[in-house]
Amino acid sequence: MDFVSDILIPVASLAGLGLIFGALLAVANKVFMVKVDKRVADISEVLPGINCGACGYPSCSAFAEAVAAGKAPVNGCVPGRAEVAEKVGDIMGVEAEADERFVAKLACRGTEDVARDKLEYYGAADCRSAMLIEGGPKACAYGCMGLGTCVEVCPFGAITMGEEGLPLFEDELCNGCRRCFKACPKDVIRMVSVNAEVDVACNNHDKGAAVLKACKVGCIACGKCVKVCPEDAIEMVDNLAVIDYHKCTNCGACIEACPTNAIVRLSPVI
Amino acid sequence: MSEYGLFMIFFAAAFFNNFVLIQFLGICPFLGVSKRVESSLGMGMAVLFVMTLASLITWMLHEFLLFPLGLDYLRTITFILVIASLVQFVELFVQKASPTLYKALGIFLPLITTNCAVMGLAIMNVTEGLNIIQTLVHALGAAAGFTLVLVMLAGLREHLEIHDVPKPLAGVPVALLAAGILALAFSGFVL
Repeated sequence: MDFVSDILIPVASLAGLGLIFGALLAVANKVFMVKVDKRVADISEVLPGINCGACGYPSCSAFAEAVAAGKAPVNGCVPGRAEVAEKVGDIMGVEAEADERFVAKLACRGTEDVARDKLEYYGAADCRSAMLIEGGPKACAYGCMGLGTCVEVCPFGAITMGEEGLPLFEDELCNGCRRCFKACPKDVIRMVSVNAEVDVACNNHDKGAAVLKACKVGCIACGKCVKVCPEDAIEMVDNLAVIDYHKCTNCGACIEACPTNAIVRLSPVI
Repeated sequence: MSEYGLFMIFFAAAFFNNFVLIQFLGICPFLGVSKRVESSLGMGMAVLFVMTLASLITWMLHEFLLFPLGLDYLRTITFILVIASLVQFVELFVQKASPTLYKALGIFLPLITTNCAVMGLAIMNVTEGLNIIQTLVHALGAAAGFTLVLVMLAGLREHLEIHDVPKPLAGVPVALLAAGILALAFSGFVL
Protein backbone atom coordinates (compact mmCIF):
# COMPACT_ATOMS: atom_id res chain seq x y z
CA MET A 1 0.00 0.00 0.00
CA ASP A 2 1.45 3.25 -1.11
CA PHE A 3 0.52 6.25 1.01
CA VAL A 4 0.88 8.84 -1.73
CA SER A 5 -1.00 7.12 -4.56
CA ASP A 6 -3.63 5.38 -2.46
CA ILE A 7 -4.52 8.04 0.07
CA LEU A 8 -2.96 11.42 -0.56
CA ILE A 9 -3.80 11.80 -4.24
CA PRO A 10 -7.48 10.67 -3.99
CA VAL A 11 -8.09 12.80 -0.92
CA ALA A 12 -6.32 15.80 -2.37
CA SER A 13 -8.08 15.60 -5.73
CA LEU A 14 -11.53 15.22 -4.20
CA ALA A 15 -10.91 17.96 -1.65
CA GLY A 16 -9.48 20.17 -4.39
CA LEU A 17 -12.55 19.68 -6.54
CA GLY A 18 -14.80 20.44 -3.60
CA LEU A 19 -12.87 23.64 -2.88
CA ILE A 20 -13.00 24.78 -6.50
CA PHE A 21 -16.75 24.15 -6.79
CA GLY A 22 -17.35 25.78 -3.43
CA ALA A 23 -15.45 28.89 -4.48
CA LEU A 24 -17.34 29.07 -7.78
CA LEU A 25 -20.66 28.78 -5.98
CA ALA A 26 -19.66 31.49 -3.53
CA VAL A 27 -18.93 33.81 -6.45
CA ALA A 28 -22.20 32.85 -8.17
CA ASN A 29 -24.09 33.55 -4.96
CA LYS A 30 -22.75 37.11 -4.93
CA VAL A 31 -23.35 37.66 -8.64
CA PHE A 32 -26.90 36.27 -8.70
CA MET A 33 -27.96 37.62 -5.33
CA VAL A 34 -31.67 38.35 -5.07
CA LYS A 35 -32.77 40.88 -2.49
CA VAL A 36 -35.67 39.52 -0.51
CA ASP A 37 -37.90 41.84 1.48
CA LYS A 38 -37.98 40.41 4.98
CA ARG A 39 -41.33 42.06 5.66
CA VAL A 40 -43.03 39.82 3.08
CA ALA A 41 -42.37 36.75 5.19
CA ASP A 42 -43.34 38.60 8.37
CA ILE A 43 -46.64 39.78 6.89
CA SER A 44 -47.41 36.32 5.48
CA GLU A 45 -46.96 35.01 8.98
CA VAL A 46 -49.70 37.18 10.52
CA LEU A 47 -52.19 36.78 7.65
CA PRO A 48 -54.93 34.14 8.06
CA GLY A 49 -53.53 32.11 5.15
CA ILE A 50 -56.92 31.07 3.79
CA ASN A 51 -56.34 32.68 0.34
CA CYS A 52 -59.96 33.94 0.23
CA GLY A 53 -59.19 36.67 -2.29
CA ALA A 54 -61.25 39.40 -0.59
CA CYS A 55 -58.25 41.75 -0.68
CA GLY A 56 -58.20 41.58 -4.47
CA TYR A 57 -55.03 39.50 -4.64
CA PRO A 58 -55.03 35.81 -5.58
CA SER A 59 -53.37 34.60 -2.39
CA CYS A 60 -52.27 35.74 1.05
CA SER A 61 -48.62 35.69 -0.05
CA ALA A 62 -49.40 37.84 -3.09
CA PHE A 63 -51.16 40.31 -0.77
CA ALA A 64 -48.13 40.27 1.57
CA GLU A 65 -45.85 41.12 -1.34
CA ALA A 66 -48.17 43.92 -2.46
CA VAL A 67 -48.28 45.39 1.05
CA ALA A 68 -44.49 45.27 1.38
CA ALA A 69 -44.20 46.97 -2.01
CA GLY A 70 -46.61 49.66 -0.85
CA LYS A 71 -49.24 48.74 -3.44
CA ALA A 72 -51.88 47.43 -1.03
CA PRO A 73 -53.17 49.06 2.16
CA VAL A 74 -52.14 47.49 5.46
CA ASN A 75 -55.79 47.02 6.40
CA GLY A 76 -56.57 45.27 3.10
CA CYS A 77 -57.07 41.87 4.69
CA VAL A 78 -60.84 41.62 5.07
CA PRO A 79 -61.24 38.41 7.10
CA GLY A 80 -58.31 39.41 9.35
CA ARG A 81 -60.31 42.43 10.60
CA ALA A 82 -58.70 45.03 12.85
CA GLU A 83 -56.45 42.51 14.59
CA VAL A 84 -54.47 41.54 11.50
CA ALA A 85 -54.52 45.10 10.15
CA GLU A 86 -52.84 46.25 13.35
CA LYS A 87 -50.16 43.57 13.15
CA VAL A 88 -49.47 44.28 9.49
CA GLY A 89 -49.36 47.99 10.31
CA ASP A 90 -46.78 47.28 13.02
CA ILE A 91 -44.57 45.43 10.54
CA MET A 92 -44.89 48.20 7.98
CA GLY A 93 -44.51 50.90 10.63
CA VAL A 94 -47.78 52.67 9.85
CA GLU A 95 -51.02 53.20 11.71
CA ALA A 96 -53.79 50.88 10.58
CA GLU A 97 -57.27 52.34 10.45
CA ALA A 98 -60.03 49.83 10.79
CA ASP A 99 -62.45 49.81 7.88
CA GLU A 100 -66.19 49.56 8.36
CA ARG A 101 -67.04 45.86 8.51
CA PHE A 102 -69.42 44.48 5.93
CA VAL A 103 -71.17 41.14 6.20
CA ALA A 104 -73.15 39.15 3.68
CA LYS A 105 -76.94 39.29 3.94
CA LEU A 106 -79.65 37.53 1.99
CA ALA A 107 -82.01 40.01 0.36
CA CYS A 108 -84.88 37.53 0.22
CA ARG A 109 -87.42 36.11 2.62
CA GLY A 110 -89.14 33.88 0.10
CA THR A 111 -89.34 30.67 2.07
CA GLU A 112 -91.07 27.62 0.64
CA ASP A 113 -94.51 28.56 2.09
CA VAL A 114 -94.60 32.17 0.84
CA ALA A 115 -92.77 32.05 -2.50
CA ARG A 116 -94.45 30.09 -5.28
CA ASP A 117 -92.52 27.61 -7.48
CA LYS A 118 -93.06 27.78 -11.23
CA LEU A 119 -91.46 24.40 -11.99
CA GLU A 120 -90.15 21.36 -10.21
CA TYR A 121 -86.39 21.13 -10.38
CA TYR A 122 -84.70 17.74 -10.13
CA GLY A 123 -81.21 18.72 -11.33
CA ALA A 124 -77.93 19.06 -9.50
CA ALA A 125 -78.24 20.80 -6.14
CA ASP A 126 -76.38 23.88 -7.30
CA CYS A 127 -77.85 27.34 -7.90
CA ARG A 128 -75.70 27.91 -10.99
CA SER A 129 -77.01 24.69 -12.57
CA ALA A 130 -80.62 25.48 -11.66
CA MET A 131 -80.24 28.94 -13.16
CA LEU A 132 -79.76 27.34 -16.58
CA ILE A 133 -83.27 25.90 -16.54
CA GLU A 134 -85.73 28.74 -17.06
CA GLY A 135 -83.83 30.83 -14.51
CA GLY A 136 -84.50 28.48 -11.61
CA PRO A 137 -87.52 26.85 -10.01
CA LYS A 138 -88.93 29.90 -8.17
CA ALA A 139 -91.64 32.01 -9.73
CA CYS A 140 -89.74 35.09 -8.54
CA ALA A 141 -86.88 35.66 -10.96
CA TYR A 142 -84.88 37.61 -8.36
CA GLY A 143 -85.24 35.50 -5.25
CA CYS A 144 -83.08 32.92 -3.54
CA MET A 145 -83.53 29.38 -4.89
CA GLY A 146 -82.14 27.87 -1.70
CA LEU A 147 -79.92 25.28 -3.35
CA GLY A 148 -76.96 26.28 -1.21
CA THR A 149 -74.15 27.28 -3.55
CA CYS A 150 -73.30 30.05 -1.09
CA VAL A 151 -73.14 27.48 1.72
CA GLU A 152 -70.60 25.52 -0.30
CA VAL A 153 -68.34 28.42 -1.23
CA CYS A 154 -68.17 30.00 2.25
CA PRO A 155 -64.67 29.27 3.61
CA PHE A 156 -65.70 30.15 7.16
CA GLY A 157 -68.81 28.05 7.64
CA ALA A 158 -70.82 31.22 8.23
CA ILE A 159 -73.71 30.11 6.01
CA THR A 160 -75.99 27.20 6.79
CA MET A 161 -79.12 26.02 5.04
CA GLY A 162 -82.16 26.82 7.16
CA GLU A 163 -85.15 24.57 7.63
CA GLU A 164 -87.36 26.83 5.54
CA GLY A 165 -85.20 26.46 2.45
CA LEU A 166 -83.22 29.69 2.70
CA PRO A 167 -79.59 30.04 3.77
CA LEU A 168 -78.92 31.56 7.18
CA PHE A 169 -76.00 33.96 7.51
CA GLU A 170 -74.05 34.01 10.76
CA ASP A 171 -72.78 37.57 11.13
CA GLU A 172 -70.13 36.73 13.69
CA LEU A 173 -68.52 34.09 11.50
CA CYS A 174 -68.81 36.17 8.31
CA ASN A 175 -65.54 37.86 7.44
CA GLY A 176 -66.83 39.68 4.41
CA CYS A 177 -64.73 37.85 1.81
CA ARG A 178 -67.55 38.20 -0.75
CA ARG A 179 -67.21 34.67 -2.12
CA CYS A 180 -70.94 34.00 -1.71
CA PHE A 181 -71.68 37.46 -3.08
CA LYS A 182 -69.73 36.58 -6.24
CA ALA A 183 -70.99 32.99 -6.52
CA CYS A 184 -74.73 33.74 -6.26
CA PRO A 185 -76.22 33.63 -9.76
CA LYS A 186 -79.29 35.59 -8.63
CA ASP A 187 -77.22 38.42 -7.07
CA VAL A 188 -79.54 38.17 -4.10
CA ILE A 189 -76.73 38.37 -1.54
CA ARG A 190 -75.75 41.88 -0.46
CA MET A 191 -72.84 43.18 1.55
CA VAL A 192 -74.37 45.18 4.39
CA SER A 193 -72.56 47.17 7.07
CA VAL A 194 -72.65 45.52 10.49
CA ASN A 195 -73.92 48.82 11.88
CA ALA A 196 -77.08 48.64 9.80
CA GLU A 197 -80.19 47.51 11.68
CA VAL A 198 -82.80 47.85 8.95
CA ASP A 199 -82.71 45.98 5.67
CA VAL A 200 -84.94 45.58 2.63
CA ALA A 201 -85.03 41.80 2.43
CA CYS A 202 -86.19 41.61 -1.18
CA ASN A 203 -84.48 41.76 -4.50
CA ASN A 204 -87.50 41.88 -6.81
CA HIS A 205 -87.49 44.65 -9.42
CA ASP A 206 -90.90 43.75 -10.88
CA LYS A 207 -94.05 45.87 -10.46
CA GLY A 208 -96.31 45.22 -7.48
CA ALA A 209 -98.88 42.90 -9.10
CA ALA A 210 -96.20 40.66 -10.58
CA VAL A 211 -94.39 40.49 -7.25
CA LEU A 212 -97.54 39.45 -5.36
CA LYS A 213 -98.20 36.66 -7.85
CA ALA A 214 -94.80 35.15 -7.11
CA CYS A 215 -94.26 35.87 -3.43
CA LYS A 216 -96.18 37.11 -0.40
CA VAL A 217 -93.27 38.97 1.25
CA GLY A 218 -91.81 40.81 -1.73
CA CYS A 219 -91.33 44.55 -2.13
CA ILE A 220 -94.28 45.73 -4.25
CA ALA A 221 -92.83 49.19 -4.73
CA CYS A 222 -95.83 50.84 -3.07
CA GLY A 223 -93.67 53.68 -1.79
CA LYS A 224 -95.12 53.75 1.74
CA CYS A 225 -91.66 53.42 3.30
CA VAL A 226 -90.39 56.33 1.23
CA LYS A 227 -93.23 58.54 2.51
CA VAL A 228 -93.00 57.48 6.12
CA CYS A 229 -89.23 57.76 6.51
CA PRO A 230 -88.46 60.89 8.60
CA GLU A 231 -84.89 61.12 7.30
CA ASP A 232 -85.67 60.68 3.57
CA ALA A 233 -83.28 57.77 3.63
CA ILE A 234 -85.33 55.47 1.43
CA GLU A 235 -85.49 55.74 -2.31
CA MET A 236 -87.43 53.67 -4.85
CA VAL A 237 -84.93 52.42 -7.41
CA ASP A 238 -86.26 50.30 -10.26
CA ASN A 239 -89.33 49.17 -8.26
CA LEU A 240 -87.32 48.25 -5.18
CA ALA A 241 -86.85 50.19 -1.95
CA VAL A 242 -83.20 51.03 -1.25
CA ILE A 243 -82.02 52.34 2.10
CA ASP A 244 -79.27 54.97 2.25
CA TYR A 245 -77.37 53.90 5.36
CA HIS A 246 -75.63 57.27 5.66
CA LYS A 247 -79.02 58.81 6.50
CA CYS A 248 -80.81 55.90 8.20
CA THR A 249 -81.20 56.28 11.97
CA ASN A 250 -82.63 52.80 12.50
CA CYS A 251 -85.93 54.29 13.72
CA GLY A 252 -87.94 51.45 12.20
CA ALA A 253 -90.84 53.50 10.84
CA CYS A 254 -90.51 51.80 7.46
CA ILE A 255 -90.70 48.35 9.06
CA GLU A 256 -94.13 49.14 10.48
CA ALA A 257 -95.29 50.81 7.28
CA CYS A 258 -94.35 48.00 4.89
CA PRO A 259 -97.55 46.11 3.94
CA THR A 260 -95.73 42.94 2.88
CA ASN A 261 -93.16 42.89 5.68
CA ALA A 262 -90.34 43.03 3.15
CA ILE A 263 -88.38 45.41 5.36
CA VAL A 264 -86.92 43.72 8.41
CA ARG A 265 -84.98 44.64 11.53
CA LEU A 266 -81.61 42.94 11.64
CA SER A 267 -80.44 41.58 14.94
CA PRO A 268 -77.61 43.80 16.15
CA VAL A 269 -74.16 42.35 15.75
CA ILE A 270 -71.78 42.22 18.63
CA MET B 1 -22.22 3.21 -28.71
CA SER B 2 -19.03 5.08 -29.62
CA GLU B 3 -18.92 3.55 -33.11
CA TYR B 4 -22.28 5.11 -34.10
CA GLY B 5 -22.59 8.42 -35.90
CA LEU B 6 -23.56 11.58 -34.01
CA PHE B 7 -27.03 11.63 -35.55
CA MET B 8 -27.65 8.09 -34.35
CA ILE B 9 -26.38 8.85 -30.85
CA PHE B 10 -28.73 11.81 -30.57
CA PHE B 11 -31.80 9.89 -31.67
CA ALA B 12 -30.90 6.81 -29.68
CA ALA B 13 -30.71 8.94 -26.53
CA ALA B 14 -33.88 10.87 -27.33
CA PHE B 15 -36.14 8.07 -28.57
CA PHE B 16 -34.92 4.46 -28.71
CA ASN B 17 -33.22 4.60 -25.32
CA ASN B 18 -35.34 7.40 -23.93
CA PHE B 19 -34.05 8.05 -20.44
CA VAL B 20 -37.46 8.30 -18.82
CA LEU B 21 -39.70 5.87 -20.67
CA ILE B 22 -37.25 3.14 -21.70
CA GLN B 23 -34.50 3.32 -19.11
CA PHE B 24 -36.79 4.60 -16.32
CA LEU B 25 -34.37 7.23 -15.08
CA GLY B 26 -35.66 10.51 -13.66
CA ILE B 27 -39.19 9.34 -12.93
CA CYS B 28 -39.60 11.73 -9.99
CA PRO B 29 -39.64 15.01 -11.97
CA PHE B 30 -41.45 13.19 -14.79
CA LEU B 31 -44.49 12.85 -12.54
CA GLY B 32 -43.81 15.80 -10.26
CA VAL B 33 -43.44 18.64 -12.76
CA SER B 34 -45.80 17.45 -15.47
CA LYS B 35 -48.95 19.29 -14.43
CA ARG B 36 -48.48 22.33 -16.65
CA VAL B 37 -46.83 22.43 -20.05
CA GLU B 38 -45.18 25.72 -19.22
CA SER B 39 -43.42 24.58 -16.06
CA SER B 40 -42.52 21.21 -17.58
CA LEU B 41 -40.84 23.06 -20.42
CA GLY B 42 -38.93 25.13 -17.86
CA MET B 43 -37.92 21.97 -16.04
CA GLY B 44 -36.81 20.45 -19.34
CA MET B 45 -34.65 23.47 -20.04
CA ALA B 46 -33.11 23.35 -16.54
CA VAL B 47 -32.36 19.64 -17.02
CA LEU B 48 -30.94 20.35 -20.49
CA PHE B 49 -28.60 22.91 -19.00
CA VAL B 50 -27.50 20.69 -16.12
CA MET B 51 -27.15 17.57 -18.29
CA THR B 52 -25.04 19.24 -20.94
CA LEU B 53 -22.71 21.00 -18.53
CA ALA B 54 -22.52 18.04 -16.17
CA SER B 55 -21.69 15.67 -19.03
CA LEU B 56 -18.89 17.87 -20.30
CA ILE B 57 -17.39 18.53 -16.89
CA THR B 58 -17.61 14.95 -15.71
CA TRP B 59 -16.17 13.70 -18.99
CA MET B 60 -13.22 16.06 -18.68
CA LEU B 61 -12.70 15.20 -15.03
CA HIS B 62 -12.74 11.53 -15.86
CA GLU B 63 -10.48 11.91 -18.89
CA PHE B 64 -7.87 14.21 -17.39
CA LEU B 65 -8.00 13.55 -13.66
CA LEU B 66 -9.57 10.29 -12.54
CA PHE B 67 -8.44 7.97 -15.35
CA PRO B 68 -4.78 9.09 -15.52
CA LEU B 69 -4.47 8.89 -11.74
CA GLY B 70 -6.17 5.49 -11.61
CA LEU B 71 -8.96 6.89 -9.45
CA ASP B 72 -11.84 5.27 -11.32
CA TYR B 73 -13.36 4.14 -8.05
CA LEU B 74 -13.95 7.79 -7.11
CA ARG B 75 -16.15 8.26 -10.18
CA THR B 76 -19.54 8.17 -8.48
CA ILE B 77 -18.70 10.55 -5.66
CA THR B 78 -16.91 12.97 -7.97
CA PHE B 79 -19.83 13.04 -10.38
CA ILE B 80 -22.24 13.64 -7.52
CA LEU B 81 -20.11 16.58 -6.43
CA VAL B 82 -20.15 18.06 -9.92
CA ILE B 83 -23.89 17.60 -10.41
CA ALA B 84 -24.78 18.97 -6.99
CA SER B 85 -22.68 22.08 -7.51
CA LEU B 86 -24.13 22.63 -10.96
CA VAL B 87 -27.69 22.33 -9.75
CA GLN B 88 -26.94 24.81 -6.98
CA PHE B 89 -25.59 27.15 -9.62
CA VAL B 90 -28.64 26.71 -11.84
CA GLU B 91 -30.90 27.37 -8.88
CA LEU B 92 -29.15 30.65 -8.12
CA PHE B 93 -29.32 31.58 -11.77
CA VAL B 94 -33.01 30.77 -12.23
CA GLN B 95 -33.96 32.59 -9.04
CA LYS B 96 -32.31 35.70 -10.40
CA ALA B 97 -33.34 35.35 -14.03
CA SER B 98 -36.94 34.15 -13.70
CA PRO B 99 -38.65 34.18 -10.28
CA THR B 100 -41.81 32.83 -11.90
CA LEU B 101 -40.05 29.75 -13.23
CA TYR B 102 -38.29 29.41 -9.88
CA LYS B 103 -41.66 29.28 -8.13
CA ALA B 104 -43.14 26.90 -10.69
CA LEU B 105 -40.26 24.44 -10.44
CA GLY B 106 -40.26 24.66 -6.66
CA ILE B 107 -38.68 21.70 -4.92
CA PHE B 108 -37.99 19.90 -8.19
CA LEU B 109 -35.19 22.25 -9.12
CA PRO B 110 -32.91 21.21 -6.21
CA LEU B 111 -34.14 17.68 -6.79
CA ILE B 112 -32.30 17.61 -10.15
CA THR B 113 -29.33 16.95 -7.85
CA THR B 114 -30.68 13.50 -7.19
CA ASN B 115 -32.12 13.08 -10.67
CA CYS B 116 -30.63 9.76 -11.69
CA ALA B 117 -31.05 10.66 -15.37
CA VAL B 118 -28.25 13.21 -15.01
CA MET B 119 -26.04 10.80 -13.06
CA GLY B 120 -26.85 7.90 -15.37
CA LEU B 121 -25.99 9.99 -18.39
CA ALA B 122 -22.62 11.04 -16.94
CA ILE B 123 -21.70 7.46 -16.09
CA MET B 124 -22.90 6.13 -19.44
CA ASN B 125 -20.76 8.67 -21.31
CA VAL B 126 -17.68 7.34 -19.57
CA THR B 127 -18.42 3.62 -19.59
CA GLU B 128 -19.44 3.69 -23.26
CA GLY B 129 -16.12 5.32 -24.11
CA LEU B 130 -17.60 8.31 -25.96
CA ASN B 131 -15.36 11.17 -27.05
CA ILE B 132 -16.18 14.74 -26.08
CA ILE B 133 -18.27 15.55 -29.17
CA GLN B 134 -20.22 12.33 -28.81
CA THR B 135 -20.71 13.11 -25.10
CA LEU B 136 -22.12 16.52 -25.94
CA VAL B 137 -24.52 15.09 -28.52
CA HIS B 138 -25.52 12.27 -26.18
CA ALA B 139 -26.33 14.79 -23.45
CA LEU B 140 -28.34 16.97 -25.82
CA GLY B 141 -30.25 13.92 -27.03
CA ALA B 142 -30.95 12.71 -23.52
CA ALA B 143 -32.18 16.15 -22.44
CA ALA B 144 -34.28 16.51 -25.58
CA GLY B 145 -35.88 13.11 -24.92
CA PHE B 146 -36.47 14.02 -21.29
CA THR B 147 -38.08 17.35 -22.20
CA LEU B 148 -40.14 15.74 -24.94
CA VAL B 149 -41.77 13.13 -22.71
CA LEU B 150 -42.19 15.64 -19.89
CA VAL B 151 -44.06 18.06 -22.14
CA MET B 152 -46.05 15.21 -23.70
CA LEU B 153 -47.25 13.98 -20.33
CA ALA B 154 -47.94 17.56 -19.20
CA GLY B 155 -50.08 18.09 -22.30
CA LEU B 156 -51.97 14.89 -21.60
CA ARG B 157 -52.52 15.82 -17.98
CA GLU B 158 -53.77 19.29 -18.90
CA HIS B 159 -56.33 17.64 -21.14
CA LEU B 160 -57.24 15.07 -18.51
CA GLU B 161 -57.98 17.84 -16.04
CA ILE B 162 -60.95 19.10 -18.05
CA HIS B 163 -62.23 15.63 -18.82
CA ASP B 164 -64.67 13.67 -16.75
CA VAL B 165 -62.32 11.11 -15.21
CA PRO B 166 -63.91 8.53 -12.87
CA LYS B 167 -63.34 9.66 -9.30
CA PRO B 168 -61.09 6.80 -8.12
CA LEU B 169 -58.77 7.49 -11.07
CA ALA B 170 -58.78 11.29 -11.02
CA GLY B 171 -55.45 13.04 -10.50
CA VAL B 172 -52.30 10.98 -10.05
CA PRO B 173 -53.68 7.52 -10.93
CA VAL B 174 -54.79 8.54 -14.39
CA ALA B 175 -51.48 10.36 -14.88
CA LEU B 176 -49.67 7.12 -14.05
CA LEU B 177 -51.84 5.28 -16.57
CA ALA B 178 -51.03 7.89 -19.20
CA ALA B 179 -47.32 7.58 -18.39
CA GLY B 180 -47.55 3.79 -18.76
CA ILE B 181 -49.22 4.04 -22.14
CA LEU B 182 -46.60 6.58 -23.21
CA ALA B 183 -43.87 4.12 -22.21
CA LEU B 184 -45.58 1.40 -24.25
CA ALA B 185 -45.68 3.72 -27.24
CA PHE B 186 -42.00 4.52 -26.88
CA SER B 187 -41.04 0.87 -26.70
CA GLY B 188 -42.40 0.70 -30.24
CA PHE B 189 -39.15 2.34 -31.39
CA VAL B 190 -37.16 -0.65 -30.15
CA LEU B 191 -39.33 -3.50 -31.33
